[in-house]
Amino acid sequence: MTESIQQIADTIRAAAAVKKTLYIRGGGSKDFYGNTATGDLLDVSANCGIIDYEPTELVITARAGTPLAEIEATMRDRGQMLGFEPPSFGGNATLGGCVAAGLSGPRRPYAGSVRDFVLGIRLLDGRGTDLSFGGQVMKNVAGYDVSRLVTGSMGTLGVILEVSLKALPLPPAELTICREQTAQEAIALMNKWAGKPLPITATCHVENRLYVRLAGAAPAVKAAANKLGGEEISNAPEFWRDIRDQRDLFFAGVAPLWRLSLNPATKHLDLPGPQLIEWGGALRWIKCDADAATVRKAVRSGDGHATQFRRVRAGVPVFHPLPEVLLKLHRRVKQALDPAGILNPGRLHPDF
Amino acid sequence: MNAPVQTIPVDLERQRAVCAALRAFMPEASVLFEREDVTPYECDGLSAYRQVPMVVVLPDNEQQVCDILETCYSMRVPVVARGAGTGLSGGALPLGNGVLLSLAKLMKIINIDLVSRTARVQPGVRNLAISEAAAPHGLYYAPDPSSQIACSIGGNIAENSGGVHCLKYGLTVHNILKLRVATIEGEIIELGGGGLDASGYDFLALLTGSEGLLGVVTEITVKLLPKPESAQVVLAAFDEMATAGQAVANVIAAGIIPAGMELMDQPATLAVEPFVNAGYPTDAAGILLCESDGTHEEVRDEIARIEKIMEDSGAHIVRTSRDEAERLKLWAGRKAAFPAVGRLSPDYYCMDGTIPRKRIAEVLRAIAAMEKKYDLRCANVFHAGDGNLHPLILYDANDADQLARTEAFGAEILKLCIDVGGTITGEHGVGIEKIDSMCVQFGSAQLETFQALKHAFDEHGLLNPGKAVPTLHRCAEFGRMHVHSGEEKFPELPRF
Repeated sequence: MTESIQQIADTIRAAAAVKKTLYIRGGGSKDFYGNTATGDLLDVSANCGIIDYEPTELVITARAGTPLAEIEATMRDRGQMLGFEPPSFGGNATLGGCVAAGLSGPRRPYAGSVRDFVLGIRLLDGRGTDLSFGGQVMKNVAGYDVSRLVTGSMGTLGVILEVSLKALPLPPAELTICREQTAQEAIALMNKWAGKPLPITATCHVENRLYVRLAGAAPAVKAAANKLGGEEISNAPEFWRDIRDQRDLFFAGVAPLWRLSLNPATKHLDLPGPQLIEWGGALRWIKCDADAATVRKAVRSGDGHATQFRRVRAGVPVFHPLPEVLLKLHRRVKQALDPAGILNPGRLHPDF
Repeated sequence: MNAPVQTIPVDLERQRAVCAALRAFMPEASVLFEREDVTPYECDGLSAYRQVPMVVVLPDNEQQVCDILETCYSMRVPVVARGAGTGLSGGALPLGNGVLLSLAKLMKIINIDLVSRTARVQPGVRNLAISEAAAPHGLYYAPDPSSQIACSIGGNIAENSGGVHCLKYGLTVHNILKLRVATIEGEIIELGGGGLDASGYDFLALLTGSEGLLGVVTEITVKLLPKPESAQVVLAAFDEMATAGQAVANVIAAGIIPAGMELMDQPATLAVEPFVNAGYPTDAAGILLCESDGTHEEVRDEIARIEKIMEDSGAHIVRTSRDEAERLKLWAGRKAAFPAVGRLSPDYYCMDGTIPRKRIAEVLRAIAAMEKKYDLRCANVFHAGDGNLHPLILYDANDADQLARTEAFGAEILKLCIDVGGTITGEHGVGIEKIDSMCVQFGSAQLETFQALKHAFDEHGLLNPGKAVPTLHRCAEFGRMHVHSGEEKFPELPRF
C-alpha cells in the first residue's frame, strides 16, 4: 500500500469511528456537479500515476488521481483512446472523478459509456477496507459486478483507488459533416441513420444545424459522408471537444442547464429555452427556467430522467427522484458499503 | 459423470403447505409437486449435479411472479429461477426444500420499436428469437452465445452471457437498456430506462450477471443493432501455437478490433474436420479465424490488413471466405468443436478461464506440459480476442484414476489462470460448479462485500442460495465442469 493510499485509508477509518463526513475530491473539475457536498475535504489527487498499460491487451490501469489528460496523451501516443470520450470540462479532471461521476462524451451511444469500459476497480469502502473487483481481462463473470455499480455512484460507495479500463484503437480517419436541419428533422435523421450500418461516432444538433461525425477506414468514411450529404466542417476536433467539455456558447447563460436522458426517438420537447441534442437523440440539453416539476414531467414520454446539471436552483434535487421501492434498495446498498454514511453523503441523493 | 446427486427427503407437510399457498392464486396445473412432474427440472445444462425440487411453479405473467415471490418470502421458502435450463455452471440447480420458478411460459416478444431500435421481451424468449423477429427490419440482437437457439434472454441476463462477437459488440450488460425485476418481497423495480443511463446507482449493471441471487427479471428491453452490410472471415494456419498467439496480439496492435477472433489447436481441428468438413488444414499446429464486419468499404480495407498481418506473423496458409456460404462453413467448424471433441473420448471436461492475451503462448505451453504430467489429452479452443480459454480435457469417467487426474489437471489450469492475472470464469458463471474456486480468486473482504450486497436485496437469503457467492467457511478447491457424452443435457446444441 502506497503512502498516499495509507493516508486515505487512515482518514476514512478515523472519520468512520466518529461518523464525520468526508467530501472526496480529485481534480475538482466537477465540483459543480451533483447536490452540494458537505464534510471535510478528502483530497485524493496525490494517488496518481499510470500503473500498467499494454496496448495489445487493450487495457490501461491507473491510479484514480491520474489526470485524464495524461491518460489520453499516453494512449494517443500508442494509437489508442478512451472509447467513451469523457468530458474534462476544461479542468484538471482525474480518472477517479471520471468514473465516480459516470459521465461520457459524444461517442457514448456508438461505443459505450464509462461503465461499459470499466473492467476492474480497487477502492476503499466506508470502513477503509481495501477491496478489488473485476480485473484486467475483457470477460469476467466471477462475483457481482461491483466495478460497474461503483461507476457513477458519485463517491458514495467508496473512494476509488485504481481503475482498469478497456482501450480502443484511434480510428484511422475521421470527418464531420454538417447539414441545416430543424430539431425534429434532426431527431428523425439521427434515429434513421442509427438503424443503418454507418460508421457514425457522434451526433449533435444545435442552432438548426445537425453535425455527424464519421470515423473508421478512410474509404468507408468517405463513402458514408457521400451517402449522408452536407458540408464537411474544418474544425471538427475543436467542435466536438467544445461540445464534450461544454465550452460551446450554448452552455453559457443564466438559466439552469438541464440534462435530459431519454428514449432517442422522443419528439422534440416542448419546453421553453434553447435545446442542444446529442447521442442520436437520447440526450437533450436545455437551458430552461421552468420549474423542476415541469421539466421532469417532460421526460416521462421518453421514459427518461432529468438532471439539473449547472446553475442549480436552491431546493431542487439535482438528480431525478427515485420511486420509494428503489430508494429503499439504494439505502441498503449504501449501508452495505458505507455503514457509517460518511462518504459524500447527500451528493447523489439527500437520503444517502 | 458420477458427481453428487443430492437426495434430500421431501418434507411432505411443507410441500403441501407451499402448494396450497401457491394454488390460492395459481392455476392447479401450474404448480407441480408429483415426482414425475418435477423430475425434468432436476438439473440444468450441467447435468452432473441433480436435485429434484420440492415444488415447481410456472407463472405466465408478471403479477404471478410477484405473488409467488411474496408467498415464498412470507413462508421463507428458497426460490431458484430458471429460464431454458441450458446454463453450464449449475446456476439453476433446484433445492430439495425450495421452489423452482420456471419462466418458460413468459415467452412473448412484447414490442419491437423500429425507430428507437429496441425490443421489449419477456425473460423466457430465446436469444435467437429476438434476432429472428428483428431480421426483417435489418436489425439484430448482438450477443450470440453458441447456445443461442435454445438459451433464454432472462438466463443471459443472469449470466451476463457473451458470444464470439463480444470483443467488438460487448456482453449482455452492454446491450440491454432496461429491466423490470421482481424483488424477493414481490415488488417490481424498473432499472435503466428509455435513455442510455438512469438516475441513481447502476443496478442494471449489478443485476446483470448476478446469477438469480438479487431478483427475478420479468421484462427486458434490449438494444437492436443494424445488421452489418458485409462480413468476411480469414483463416490462418500456423506451425506453432505460440506464433498464432502472437498473431492475435499483432492484429490488436494494428488497431483492429475484429468482429470475432477464435483460435483452435491441432487436437481440436483434427476432431472437427472429419465431423464438419470445414476445410481446416489439419497439419497445422493451430488455426486462427479472424472476422471483419461493417460496410463494404470497411470490410475490404480491414480484411486486406488482416491478411497481411497473418502473413507477416508467419501463417503458412491464409485464406479468406469468398462468399457467405464459405464464411458460415468456416464458423460451423468452430461452433461444432465441442460435440466433435466429445466423439474422441467418453468424457470431456471444460474449463472457462480468462487470461490476459499476452500470456496465451505461455499458458498453452503450460497446458501442454500438464498433458504429459497427467497423461491426458487436452484440446484447446479459445475466444482469442478476449482471452477466454476453453481447454477440454479428454478422459473416461468410468476410470477412477483418470477422473482424479482430470480434476487435478483442471484445478491446475484454473490456478494458472488466476496466477497470470485472469479469472476462473469468463462466461459460464460460477453457479454451483465453481463456488469453491471463488474463495481462491477473492479474499474474505471481497466475499463479505458480496454477501452484504446480497443481504441488501435479499435479507433472508432466499434467492438461489448456495450459488455464485460462497460463504466464508466454504472454501476448498477449484471447481470445474464435467460433461459425460451420455449425460449431457443438450448434446445437440452448439456450445461456446
